[in-house]
Amino acid sequence: MIRAAIDGENPDRLYTVTAGRSRAADNAFDLVTLVVSESEPTPGMQSEHAAILRMCRTPTALVEIASELRLPVSVVKILLCDLHDTGRVSARHPSSAAVTTPLPRPEILKQVLVGLKKL
Amino acid sequence: MDSRSSDLADPPPADPPPADPPPVDSPRVDSPPASPAPSRASLPLADSVSDALKIVIVGGFGVGKTTMVRAVSEIRPLSTEETMTGAGVGIDDTRGLRGKNTTTVAFDFGRITLNEQMVLYLFGAPGQERFWFLWDRLFAGTLGAVVLVDTRRVTDSWYAIDRLEHHGMPFIVARNNFGEPEHTLPQLRDALSLSDDIPLVECDARQRSSSKSVLISLVDHLYALSTAQETSS
Repeated sequence: MIRAAIDGENPDRLYTVTAGRSRAADNAFDLVTLVVSESEPTPGMQSEHAAILRMCRTPTALVEIASELRLPVSVVKILLCDLHDTGRVSARHPSSAAVTTPLPRPEILKQVLVGLKKL
Repeated sequence: MDSRSSDLADPPPADPPPADPPPVDSPRVDSPPASPAPSRASLPLADSVSDALKIVIVGGFGVGKTTMVRAVSEIRPLSTEETMTGAGVGIDDTRGLRGKNTTTVAFDFGRITLNEQMVLYLFGAPGQERFWFLWDRLFAGTLGAVVLVDTRRVTDSWYAIDRLEHHGMPFIVARNNFGEPEHTLPQLRDALSLSDDIPLVECDARQRSSSKSVLISLVDHLYALSTAQETSS
């Protein structure tokens, strides 16, 4: 595993990345929220923001961004909130996030089955 | 802070891969992306994908979670982690963690594009105690879980099964067969104190077809539960 990079991470660096915030303002971003860039990186932009905008030219799940940037999920949520608040990215939240029942709807599951059987 | 890009496993894409094959006359809105040679480690998702789903594979260290993810994933398994700092403790109502500054949980994942709109993410997650403090934050909205069992360490699974039941998360149990299994499935069901309505299947996590059928067993189970719920309400 190449996880030593984060395991031995200096917390100071993470606070610098997020300008001292430890939590995103809201929990709108799920692990699998798909993020899409709405603009190109601009000169002088924070490098993490620029990297996200490059990465999300095609829809990219939050967890993939975290993996690629090697940052904890919660830190990436904060970065995404910044970009989302300023309209630089749009978010496609998972439909399951809006569902309060414990079980997904049969129609959704049927589509999952069809997709899996094609594997 | 030095440039993060040098830390990346792969060079950042200078340009996205060409989205379309050589100019086409008629506009083809729904044409699949040109697949060859993704510039990133991961194959980009199509622009049309709008909904992502989650399935979690829980199991002890070395039981084959990542192997199973790799067997079915369209990208090589990636890894990431979540940390929970002292500042988050309390806000997240995890009083049991008080006094501990940082909790870190690492997990692997892969994905399967199901159709033009839907993609399924598979997470391989450790069943250890600290992981469950992050369950609600990370895995709310998960369709269901597979508990991957190594019969040499059945006790590891007890805890995972207990926690899934606690979280009201539907699941099935899959035994990853390393060599000749010493016990029959009914014996294993007994050892796990697993009720009869929870499917217990065997698999070889290295095999794509076998891992695929585990996922299908899970979704079949979820489907049965979901339709039963709809008809009863």
